[in-house]
Amino acid sequence: MLNASLRQLSLLLSEKKISSTELTHEFLTRIKVLNPDLNAFITTDEEKSLNQARLADEMIATGRSTPLTGIPVAQKDIFCATGWLTTCGSKMLSNFVSPYDATVVARLDRAGMVNLGKTNMDEFAMGSSNETSHYGPVKNPWDRRAVPGGSSGGSACAVAARLAPAATGSDTGGSIRQPAALCGISGIKPTYGLVSRYGMIAFASSLDQGGPMAKSAEDLSILLNAMVGFDERDSTSLQREKEDYTRDLEKPAGGLRIGLPREFFAEGMSSDVSSAVDAALAEYRKLGATFVEVSLPNSRLAVPVYYVLAPAEASSNLSRFDGVRYGYRAAQYDNLEELYAKTRAEGFGEEVKRRILIGTYVLSHGYYDAYYLQAQKLRRLIAEDFTKAFEQCDLIMGPTSPTVAFNIGEKCGDPIQMYLSDIYTSAASLAGLPGMSIPIGFGNQNRPVGLHIIGNYFREAHMLNVAHRYQQVTDWHKLTPPESGN
Amino acid sequence: MILYSQPWYKQKATNMTLSLSDIKRVAKLARIEINEMEAQQNLAQLSGIFNLIEQMQAVDTRGIQPMSHSRDMVQRLREDEITESDQHTLFQSIAPQVEDGYYLVPKVIE
Repeated sequence: MLNASLRQLSLLLSEKKISSTELTHEFLTRIKVLNPDLNAFITTDEEKSLNQARLADEMIATGRSTPLTGIPVAQKDIFCATGWLTTCGSKMLSNFVSPYDATVVARLDRAGMVNLGKTNMDEFAMGSSNETSHYGPVKNPWDRRAVPGGSSGGSACAVAARLAPAATGSDTGGSIRQPAALCGISGIKPTYGLVSRYGMIAFASSLDQGGPMAKSAEDLSILLNAMVGFDERDSTSLQREKEDYTRDLEKPAGGLRIGLPREFFAEGMSSDVSSAVDAALAEYRKLGATFVEVSLPNSRLAVPVYYVLAPAEASSNLSRFDGVRYGYRAAQYDNLEELYAKTRAEGFGEEVKRRILIGTYVLSHGYYDAYYLQAQKLRRLIAEDFTKAFEQCDLIMGPTSPTVAFNIGEKCGDPIQMYLSDIYTSAASLAGLPGMSIPIGFGNQNRPVGLHIIGNYFREAHMLNVAHRYQQVTDWHKLTPPESGN
Repeated sequence: MILYSQPWYKQKATNMTLSLSDIKRVAKLARIEINEMEAQQNLAQLSGIFNLIEQMQAVDTRGIQPMSHSRDMVQRLREDEITESDQHTLFQSIAPQVEDGYYLVPKVIE
């Protein structure tokens, strides 16, 4: 049951071989046993989950089910869910019980999925290791000394440790793909604008995109079908015809032209990651793919550009946390000015404050042109590099992360080293392109390695097909971490 | 929107020596109280981060249109109609301090 695909679970449920209540109960029990050490979940609520499971069982009994009805899902704590504590990994929202649903939550609820709980994450999604969470670090189930990646570290851990069949994540500069890689699972960040941002607590609005995290590309495609859709409550939501993301899964991969960016295979990638990527590419060659070298010359600037634009947008978005309307408020203050400054000093953690300061600085008088505007111009150059590359290839592949998971505490005092974890993922984010990561083996200390697949706009179905073909001939995605830690 | 006020090479040379007073000024603008020690720590870390960011200045971006959005989309407009119902009681139920439908803050006018 724990290793079953979503299709298998759906079949078991519709054939009434298992009820959603039983399935939900099984995962909740597992969370109770394993979560105290892994710390993947910030909040669980047995009663709420089991209520949803009962409703799902009714849907199935009365023939109103969808392919996801009755299947439990873990929700990243960035998504507001009615009546659920929604902290976004921050002390600032440590008392925030959401009065409304994010569109992603509402859509999955409507499909009949059961919310298993809210997963741990870097505070306000700012981090690449899950260590900036106010609720403590999450452990990587493959090696509990290691980080799970971030910011969707709790979701990645939950899926890898089989605490949930699937999870939601959000990705601003790599926050779905990098933790998916580090925890040996599959994750996709769709084209910007496909998944509604309504109720997904904002970090950098021009980059933030929700997406699914699961065991396989097939599972991702089924989840994406339920998550994607126009939402008038999101001003950048795209109005497009509905797609079935499972439609191309079984197509052969022959004739596929894979672009390999010279810059992604240069220095910086560790040798264990490099060997795993080479082996995965060899597998694609066997499947009939050909390779073409492409160049993304401006991608080397993606990290600096990202660390101007994302903090700039964050400094504006996070101004709403002022201790007046919701969330934390400082206990001691003498005037309004102090109420704001003390609330924000006490409610935000170090990394969030650091990024607000960077963002405020680059937007401040006298520096706007040199930083913010220059970054926006480079963003266009980065996006145009991809446009040119896609004239020569169907998809781009490379490593998701330059190294396997690092140890908890290893990069804490060095923000720049931490930021460089996003070196391969942030360029696609800036361009708004879809990107995914799938497990392709293990590197140093037996820690997972991910393959990064970047597609052109709206090519998700094709990317999922390409990932699925690989998962048909390999079984990295079926391997499970040791049960008791090491 | 601010159009390119100056070509990049004529822009004010960015002096990457951040000072302690810069940090304090920005923290004030951001409404985050910081003490002397935190200001020092931030100065060290932000200086390192800005050295990384400074790599951007090496590229000539004259004539490049800034990209504010990944899809260069146009703002969608809607009819000016009421689409939401009044839920202020629900929303204010989670506020730190409310009275008679108002959010309470310290007195601002004596």
